[in-house]
Amino acid sequence: MHTSKAQPVPQPAPQPVSTRHRPPGPGRFGAWRRKDSVSGWLFIAPQTLGFLAFVVYPLVAVIYYSFHSSNLLSGVTTYSGTKNYSQLLHDPATPSVARATLLFCVGLVAINISAALFLAVLLNQRLRGTTVFRTLFFSPVVVSLVAWTITWNFLLQDNGGVNAILHTIGIQGPNWLRGGNSAMVSVVIVQVFKNVGLNMVLFLAALQGVPQSLLEAAELDGAGPWRRFRSVTLPMISPTTLLATIVTVSGSLQVFAQIQILTEGGPDNRTNVLVYFFYQQAFDNHDFGYGAAVAVVLFAVILALTLIQWRLRKKWVPFEL
Amino acid sequence: MRRAATTTLPHRNARPGRRWRKPLLYAVMVVAAIPFVFPTWWMITSSLLPENEVLSYPPKLLPLHPQWSNYKTAFANYPLAHQYFNSLYIAVLVTVGTMVFSSLSGYAFARIPFPGRKWMFPLILSGLLIPTEVTIIPLFKMVDRLGLTNTHWPLIVIPILGAPSVLGTFVMRQFFLAIPDELEDAGRMDGLSRYGLYFKIALPLARPALASVAIFTFLNSWNMYLEPLVYETDKNNFTLPVALTQYTDAYGSHLWNIQLAASVTTVVPVLIVFIVAQRHFVEGLAQTGLKG
Repeated sequence: MHTSKAQPVPQPAPQPVSTRHRPPGPGRFGAWRRKDSVSGWLFIAPQTLGFLAFVVYPLVAVIYYSFHSSNLLSGVTTYSGTKNYSQLLHDPATPSVARATLLFCVGLVAINISAALFLAVLLNQRLRGTTVFRTLFFSPVVVSLVAWTITWNFLLQDNGGVNAILHTIGIQGPNWLRGGNSAMVSVVIVQVFKNVGLNMVLFLAALQGVPQSLLEAAELDGAGPWRRFRSVTLPMISPTTLLATIVTVSGSLQVFAQIQILTEGGPDNRTNVLVYFFYQQAFDNHDFGYGAAVAVVLFAVILALTLIQWRLRKKWVPFEL
Repeated sequence: MRRAATTTLPHRNARPGRRWRKPLLYAVMVVAAIPFVFPTWWMITSSLLPENEVLSYPPKLLPLHPQWSNYKTAFANYPLAHQYFNSLYIAVLVTVGTMVFSSLSGYAFARIPFPGRKWMFPLILSGLLIPTEVTIIPLFKMVDRLGLTNTHWPLIVIPILGAPSVLGTFVMRQFFLAIPDELEDAGRMDGLSRYGLYFKIALPLARPALASVAIFTFLNSWNMYLEPLVYETDKNNFTLPVALTQYTDAYGSHLWNIQLAASVTTVVPVLIVFIVAQRHFVEGLAQTGLKG
């Protein structure tokens, strides 16, 4: 797996603007350099302006709002210091939200990554027809998230399909979406089946990139299949594991539609993850100041987790990315 | 990649257990496939059941007397056709717009040595880290101030130029980096301008990358949920994902069969395209996993 930052095509180093005062010279593209510094910015201008308007500005503004309180009726916004943050700190729902967010994140990442790796190893066994299975495992990725969630909502009802099937084999299933623990299990599982195909495809590509010579050498040294997998394959695919984990962690903090459709954060806030709590505050209660504070916390959490994982990559990935 | 795969397995050590290896692997794959296929299957069959049978026991795995009128109800009693059109035209516009602007900036970041590109690229790429929820309050206020809530403008313009398009830029840049210098040098000799190099040489080569961008952009727009929920209030302006959640009776309880029928109409066309072009889909969407 080659790294994203490798530049296969060596580029001429960007020239300072001072080239203008130099004659175009023997360099083939002296005049090009001058034009390029203009055309480069012209090419990225639309996206740069969009980025300033729809990413940078809102990011600054959400921090600004988080230090203000807005009166919904009068529309007046007043500076309120850290009031929104201390409200979050003392909100009786906060411990449940923190626990739900953490549980969901850990549960999803653990199950998703191991299931993806398991499926990728299965598909990598060079059996006939694996393409069909790859298509099947991947298909929920292209199914609309809301339609997928609605279907599972239907299946996980107390008298729904899952319990009906469990009943035929003599198991009395719980009321999945209303039970304290089963609700969290349900939302995690629904999300795993929805997107595990993406990580599976990543792992499959990584597995196919493991040099056969290494595996054969290990076999000659007497390593069994499990040992080969643990000591050769796993270290070789660790860059992919790292990427998949980072993406899955940040994705796990953004489950909104699933929670809203399946449990609405219940029962007792057991599945009320941070994004759903954010939506409740900002758009159900129309408290933009408080909502903004929650949004800032969400952003800080994602930023911190990404940085930590990126820092840990040296320990995790035994060779340079 | 597949080819390398065929050479490996140690056929030599033909232990007796080997005979069972293949059937066992197939069995595991079939069992593993059930939770992936079953929900879609159940969605389709239940959408054809009468209302009093959808949650009956024993479960109906095959509708013996398919009630096609559920689909008629979904379209007749709800503005589903209108919402379908909304989703479709918004997704098309967002896809085309993203392809244009992402390929422009992706090209510049890969091939044009302009001052500032070294720090502009990581800066723009950082947009990938920012969840929609973080920026949506200020964006909502902005849209509201412009009087554009309950229109489709925010659903079209923000994805094209904002954070969602950054992934497209990344994919395009990765592709353009790999174009050999000689091709562009030849173009320069022929007197092409920078724009000419982009449009006549780089872009035609970039069709696979553009296809990837098109696929994940279309799906992202088609499946977008939070944004229409926040910006739209009129049912006629809803896009499909929000529309699907509205199938309840006057007391707020689910009309499962109608809701599932509506869901099927949004899922099946995408699934058919996926099955036909599955290689492109898998490769295109796998890129979204390579965000960083």
